[in-house]
Amino acid sequence: MEKFVQLTARVCPLLLANLNTDQILPARYLKWPRSKGLGAVLFQDLRIDNEGNECKDFPLNQPLWQGARILLAGRNFGGGSSREAAVYALYDHGFRCVIAPSFGDIFAQNAVKNGLLTATVSEADVTTIAATISENPQLPVTVDLERKVVVCGNRTYNFDIDPVSRNQLLNGWDDVDLTESYKDRIAQFSADHQARRPWVIPAKS
Amino acid sequence: MNEPRTLIDKLWSWHEILRRDDGAALLLVDRHYVHEGSFHAFSQMKERRRTVAEPALTFGVADHYVPTRGRNKGIANPEIAAMVSKLEANAAESHITLFGLRDPRQGIVHVVGPEQGLTLPGLLIVCGDSHTSTHGAFGAHAFGIGASEVAHVLMTQTLWQKKPKRMRISVEGVSAAGVGAKDIALAIIAEVGADGAQGHAIEFAGDAIRGLSMEGRMTLCNMSIEAGGRCGMVAPDETTFAYLKGRPYAPKGEAFDRAIEAWSALASDPAATFDREVTLNASTIAPIVTWGTTPDDALPIDGYAPDPARETNPVRAKYLHDALDYMAIAPGKKLTEIAIDRVFIGSCTNSRIEDLRAAAAVLAGRVSKVPGLVSPGSSTVKRQAEEEGLDRIFREAGLEWADSGCSMCVGINGDVVQSGERCASTTNRNFRGRQGPGARTHLMSPAMVAAAAVTGHLADVRPMLSGRKV
Repeated sequence: MEKFVQLTARVCPLLLANLNTDQILPARYLKWPRSKGLGAVLFQDLRIDNEGNECKDFPLNQPLWQGARILLAGRNFGGGSSREAAVYALYDHGFRCVIAPSFGDIFAQNAVKNGLLTATVSEADVTTIAATISENPQLPVTVDLERKVVVCGNRTYNFDIDPVSRNQLLNGWDDVDLTESYKDRIAQFSADHQARRPWVIPAKS
Repeated sequence: MNEPRTLIDKLWSWHEILRRDDGAALLLVDRHYVHEGSFHAFSQMKERRRTVAEPALTFGVADHYVPTRGRNKGIANPEIAAMVSKLEANAAESHITLFGLRDPRQGIVHVVGPEQGLTLPGLLIVCGDSHTSTHGAFGAHAFGIGASEVAHVLMTQTLWQKKPKRMRISVEGVSAAGVGAKDIALAIIAEVGADGAQGHAIEFAGDAIRGLSMEGRMTLCNMSIEAGGRCGMVAPDETTFAYLKGRPYAPKGEAFDRAIEAWSALASDPAATFDREVTLNASTIAPIVTWGTTPDDALPIDGYAPDPARETNPVRAKYLHDALDYMAIAPGKKLTEIAIDRVFIGSCTNSRIEDLRAAAAVLAGRVSKVPGLVSPGSSTVKRQAEEEGLDRIFREAGLEWADSGCSMCVGINGDVVQSGERCASTTNRNFRGRQGPGARTHLMSPAMVAAAAVTGHLADVRPMLSGRKV
C-alpha cells in the first residue's frame, strides 16, 4: 500500500454536503475493471448534463482546478454505498486527500486501504480554507499527517483522523501481511470459538 | 461483578481475536456473503496468489446484475452477463456455495441469508454491500465492507476494525394502522440525520421494535446505514427464534435449543449504558415520504415541501433550493399533490413476503394509474406470494410481476427509472440518479407505494385501509 506522510498540492473546492458514493461514482461504472482507470468518470453525473455537455460551473471542469490533488468538500462526504470504486475514481483522477467536516464510515475505511487520506476539520475551518483558496486558487496547501495539520496560507488547521488509519497510512502497512503474522492465534481462536458455539457452523453443507 | 454490557459489547467480545495498542481489533468472521460486485476482491486475492480461507463460511448470491424479466432467455447485455458469469466462475473455483441466477433459492443477498437460516444471532456477518446492516435484525454484528476488506476476509476470514461507539434508539408505544417499520426507519433518519449515527453501532429497542416481525426488523436495520450507522441491531427474542426454526442452514433439534440458550444471553444488560440515546414515540409517527435527495429529507405525508425562502441558514437554503430543483417540486408544495410517473416495489429494504402482503392489501380490487414493477426479494418469496395469490393482485392492478434481484433500486441490471421520471419506491436511497441518471425517487413503505399507484400521486394510505385486513 502507498504511504501517505505529507503532501503539498493545490486544492479543489467542492463544497456540497452529502456527496455520497453514488455521486462520486454512478453505479453504471461499477462493472469497469480497475485497470480501465475510473478517474475519467469521477462525479460523472455532476460534471456532465443530460445533453452530454460539461457543466461549466462544476469545479472539476474548470481549468483553474486542473491538477489539484486535494479535494475540499462538505459534510458527510462518501456516505451511502460501500463501493470502493468511489475511492478508485478519486485516486485515479489524481486526488490523494479529501478534507471535509465528516465522512461516511465505510468510505473512510476504503480510503485508507488505498492510500487516500480523509482529513476531518470543522465546518468553520472548511469555510475559511475555501475563502483562502478562492482568493488564490494557485496556492499550494500542505497536509501533514505526522502533525495532523493542514497549512493553508499563513494559517495552520488541525485535522482529526482515527489513530488506526493514521498508523496505516504513515507506515503503508499491508493488512494481509500483518494479519498473516497472527496466523496461529487466529487458528486457535477460531477453533475455540467453534467449540464453544458449535451453532456458528452452517447446519447444512 | 462484571461490568454491565450492551449487545454490541457482547457480540464484539465473542469475535475479538486480539487488539493492538492503537485500538485496532482483529475480528473473526462467521459468515461472508459475496455477490457480482465482489469481483474486485477476487482479483485482488488472485493477484496475491491466495485462496479463500473458509469456503464453507462464504456464500455467493447473484443479485445486483441479474435480469428480472425474461431470465430464461439469458442476458442480452454482454457486460452485464459477464458480471454474473464472473461470480459463477469465482464461486466454482473457490468451492463457494452459490445461489446463482437459476437456483430456486436465488434472491437479494439480504433476503436470502436470513431466509436460508445462514444469518443467525451472535454471528459476525460481512458483505461488500452497505445494507449488510439488515442482518443485525437477528442480533448479529453485521456490516458492509469495501473491496479491499472483502479480499482480506476471503484470504483470512478475519477483519481489522475499531470498536464503534454505542447508540441506542428506543421507539416506545404503539404505531397506528398503516404505519410500519419503513415509516419508523424514515422517522428515525429524519430525527438523527443522514450522518447522525456515524461511528456508532445502533441498537434498536423499545416496545414498538419488540412488536415488529423479523421482516419489519430487517427493514429497520437495513436503513441504519441511511442514518450513517454502519450496523444496526435488535436483541434476539422469541420472534427471532420462531423465524429461524426449521430454516435450512439453522441448527436443528437439540443443537437449536442450545443455540437459543446462548442467543438469549446476548440482550443488553439492564444497567448497561450507551454513548448516545435517542427516544421516539411510535404513536406520533405518521406515514412518511421523502421529498428530496437524501433519506433525511423525510416528512409526514400530510406535510408540505420546504420553502428555501423561509430558511435562515444560507447553506441550508441553497441545499433546499438545489434538491427541490432536481426533484422538480415547487417550494411549499403539498406533498399529496405531487404526481408520480411509476412505482417500484422491491429491494433489500422492502421485498419480503410481509411487504408484498401490505402492498397487495391496498391494491386488491384497485387499479394503478401508473406503470410499475414488483420484484420479490427472493425466488422463494416469489413462490410464496404466488401461492397466496398476491401476484394476481399486482397483475390485475396493472403492475408487472417480475423475478428477484436488486433491480430498480440501483438500476445496474438495466431496470432504470427514465431521466425526469418520478418514482414512488420502497427502496432505501433517494440520491440523485440512484434509480437511473436524472431519476427522481420518493422513498416510502410498500403500503404507501400502493396508495401512490392507485391515486397517481403521493397519498396517505390510512383512509384507503378501511375495511381491509392489513
